[in-house]
Amino acid sequence: MKKLKWLSPLALFLLLVTGCAPVKEYQKNKINDSEMVLGARKVEKPESNFQSYREGASGANGGKVGGGCGCN
Amino acid sequence: MKKICLSVIGLFCLFLSSFAQQDATYHNQTLQVDEINLVSGYYNQTGDHSAVTGGTGSEKLNDVSNVFDLQLVKWNDRDNKYNLGFELGVDHHTSASQAYVSATGASRNWGLRVYPSVNWSVEKSNGLVLGFGASYSHEYNYTSNSLNFQIGKISKNKNTEINFTGNAFFDRVKLLEPSELRPKTVVTRGITYTTASGNVITSDGESRGPQIPSSPRNTFAGSLTLSQVVTKNFQGALIVDGVAQKGFLSLPFHRVYFNDFDSAKIEKLPDTRYKFPIGVRLNYFLGDHIILRAYYRYYQDSWGITAHTASLEIPVKLSPFFSVSPFYRYYQQTASPYFAPYGQHSVQDAYYTSNYEYSAFSSRYLGVNFKITPKRGVFHIPAFNTLEIRYGRYTQTTGLQANNIALDFKFK
Repeated sequence: MKKLKWLSPLALFLLLVTGCAPVKEYQKNKINDSEMVLGARKVEKPESNFQSYREGASGANGGKVGGGCGCN
Repeated sequence: MKKICLSVIGLFCLFLSSFAQQDATYHNQTLQVDEINLVSGYYNQTGDHSAVTGGTGSEKLNDVSNVFDLQLVKWNDRDNKYNLGFELGVDHHTSASQAYVSATGASRNWGLRVYPSVNWSVEKSNGLVLGFGASYSHEYNYTSNSLNFQIGKISKNKNTEINFTGNAFFDRVKLLEPSELRPKTVVTRGITYTTASGNVITSDGESRGPQIPSSPRNTFAGSLTLSQVVTKNFQGALIVDGVAQKGFLSLPFHRVYFNDFDSAKIEKLPDTRYKFPIGVRLNYFLGDHIILRAYYRYYQDSWGITAHTASLEIPVKLSPFFSVSPFYRYYQQTASPYFAPYGQHSVQDAYYTSNYEYSAFSSRYLGVNFKITPKRGVFHIPAFNTLEIRYGRYTQTTGLQANNIALDFKFK
């Protein structure tokens, strides 16, 4: 069961998107709002940097997964 | 009546011509600046588990970072959109533990990192996305070169996007060891050098200056992202990564003290590591003024670490030009079997580290983001489109505490 835990984000995502109906371009004024962007924003870059150096886990957030030392 | 009709026709023509102008601007076929971002950050931390001193000792650190990011854009006559991006980052840090690479605390306690990068991509009118990029990072004890590529497809109705990114990092770690653990004089082919000072001295006594050896560390990563517009106010993305690392994955100046309290060594970790993070991001526009930005990630790697990350940010639009976004992030991980605190490793252990990055802990990150986008530009400077200020306080159950403040000056 523990091995299947990684499937939980996938299941959550599929569950939500199966109910989707086509959205027309003229209906996307909220989807196109700058706060609705999918992914980290430029101002979040320093924090995703220090979190990847201070924590064992990294990735799956559109940020860097290698390069740089974070030695100190 | 005639006058009214003529006025209406005139207004209609004006309306149409304004669209024509927007269209011409949107499809500009010369390379032009799309956006410039200047991101500055200040980070400070305190803690008592420095890996340099074997899992005990000050982790006090200050870091100032500045990133200049330039995005250029152009269209061609087939309506393909070309993006060209340049980035230059410079970080400067001071670190209490870095001074203790030398046993007496006499080592340099600061460092500078410079990292330029360039990216090119094209979004074709049929929805195909292709891109390439390269980056470089240099600091005193670490150098990284990387290449990346991107391939994606946007659906015809622009509601679904699938994207794959491949990254390869070719890094080198300088073998800068703690002064008391450095190998003594080594003799190779008539050349005598002492890694402690890094000075190369030939057999006839001539000095060739510092030559500290380095070791490779390569990272290969693939990232698959599926984005979907679900309703007119709800969209999500699924991100699946796979990362393989090979080479010298320890850090040469991290000490480990064993349970016999007689011996100390440099940390030793396997020379391969595989990471499998999978994340889901869901954004929902609630009413007209509130947005919910939710994120969850599950992570597992070949070093025995399993982690969960969950975050929620709630931007509240107080006006069309100003928003306040409180945010909270929770993170929890299990320990790697290669980790043990100060003085608890056995000398029989095959791998050992006292770096608390690999210990079991949880962390909380709480803060607020302010975003100002005035109609006439920030401080009435038309090109100064947006100012963002973000502050967060970070705490770990290991005792590490940090403050982070970042500013984004966006010009359009």
